Amino acid sequence: MNLTPVWVVFLGSIFTNNILFASFLGMCSFLVVSNRIPTAIGLGTAVTFVMFCTTVINFLIYHYILVPLGLDFVSFIIFIAVIAAFVQFLEMFVERFSPSLYYALGIFLPLITVNCAILGASLFMVIRNYNLTQTVFYGLGAGLGWFLAIALMAGLREKMGYSNVPRALRRTGIVMLMAGVIAMTFMGFTGMLSTG
Amino acid sequence: MLPAILAVGVTTAVFIALAVFLLIAERYLVNYGVSNVSINEGSTIFEQDGGTTLLSALYDHKIFVPSACGGKGSCGFCKVVVPEGGGPVLPTELPFLSRAEQRSGVRLSCQVKIKQDIQIQIPEDLLAVKEYRARVSEIRQLTYDIKEINLELIEPEHISHHPGQYVQLQAPDPAGGFIHRAYSISSPVYDDTKVQLVVRLVPDGIASTYVHNLAVGDEVLFTGPYGEFRLNDDPDREIVLVGGGCGMAPLKNIVLTAENRWPGRKVKLFFGARTTKDIFYLDMFKELKEQHPNLEVVYALSDPLGPEEHWDGETGFVHLSVDKYLEQTSRRQAFLCGPPPMISAVMQILGEKGMNPDDIFYDKF
Repeated sequence: MNLTPVWVVFLGSIFTNNILFASFLGMCSFLVVSNRIPTAIGLGTAVTFVMFCTTVINFLIYHYILVPLGLDFVSFIIFIAVIAAFVQFLEMFVERFSPSLYYALGIFLPLITVNCAILGASLFMVIRNYNLTQTVFYGLGAGLGWFLAIALMAGLREKMGYSNVPRALRRTGIVMLMAGVIAMTFMGFTGMLSTG
Repeated sequence: MLPAILAVGVTTAVFIALAVFLLIAERYLVNYGVSNVSINEGSTIFEQDGGTTLLSALYDHKIFVPSACGGKGSCGFCKVVVPEGGGPVLPTELPFLSRAEQRSGVRLSCQVKIKQDIQIQIPEDLLAVKEYRARVSEIRQLTYDIKEINLELIEPEHISHHPGQYVQLQAPDPAGGFIHRAYSISSPVYDDTKVQLVVRLVPDGIASTYVHNLAVGDEVLFTGPYGEFRLNDDPDREIVLVGGGCGMAPLKNIVLTAENRWPGRKVKLFFGARTTKDIFYLDMFKELKEQHPNLEVVYALSDPLGPEEHWDGETGFVHLSVDKYLEQTSRRQAFLCGPPPMISAVMQILGEKGMNPDDIFYDKF
């Protein structure tokens, strides 16, 4: 059993082990949807919500169904199915209650299904042997970490509209560079917390 | 063995649980109640359960908006004007809408979902579109890859159309469901109990393979007629027709219809083919020319002649013949039907001959 205190798991998943800047998961939508702050916040919220709910559901399925039956080898397929179903649900929900966010997110809402950060969070939860409380905070923290990353990047990119970027680096090139620089600053958090 | 069965069982159980959860969510979340759909400022109003797409709602009420892709948002044919109640334009529609269209409220009806009372505007012609059931009465092999299919109407028994219009034929999709493909009507307007199509076999084409495998006596379904081309009523105005391959279909219809309605009217037909094997209908036009001296028919072959081939007509790409045979005037109307490079080349020639672009109608494929 992992004995890391809950608050360390929570803060660690946001800063020191930020799922995007430390593990570089979920890069595709991070690169494409980080053009404008409102959209980035919308997608960040959706990813946080899906990540939180799916890690908790996957925790329960994994520890109360798969492990007792000795079926942990089907965990990947079950995790993906849970994520896919949850995203479907979220899509219906957002379309009903926030059409403008639905249209702004467009194709990226269903694509949360294949956002590797979400599956990654479920798998880390298993690898690191978190208990239920830790999982709850880990899922939330990892989601918030991704949210923070995309919101930061959207803020920078909105400002960058005024800068003169060398032609060869425009669009994705400069975003990759900035992501690298931000990742290095996030490395500065390492050592502040020991996440086990 | 046991763990495998257990694994499959548990996985299936989880999948079923998720599916049930989604069905329950759908029942409560995607239920928009009943909305009113009002067409052309209230000339037709019907009620529709919310949550369906506008295109399928219109189909359910026998209003056949053209659609070649079957509502997948990939053909851009199903445009209608939605002044109210359509919600914002979706990213999936943007590639098909010009700025002017976006400003005037044009939408792809397959992407608009009915969630509230909605108003739409449809050209009156589209309201006249019907679904037809027909029987294959005759099939002729015109060239090695082009067939002429004659359809005898069963229900309704008559069709009224303008030359140059097309129908959307329904073909079974091997992947399930149906697809619809547009084919121009090649039989003349006065022959209103039948519809003739000229179809080229496209390699791996779902609909053209289906059509080429039809046998006499088979029943088919299609909707129509669609298309905005209208012949100018002024009999002094010359008609210029340029086509290639199965682009012959609408041109044949226009020639026969025009010669029947205005026997002395000047009609010039240019047809581009690669080799002598691609030539069809030439004998029929030669016979027609004997009764109608004002009809001029020019076939041009673009490939060099093979050792066994004999040809005394024009050679080179068809736009060269157009350039050679037409004199300078703006008093003509043109209909072009063929591959895009041919259309652009002919458009340029017609412009040089003094034609107004508004008088040129084309269909690229």
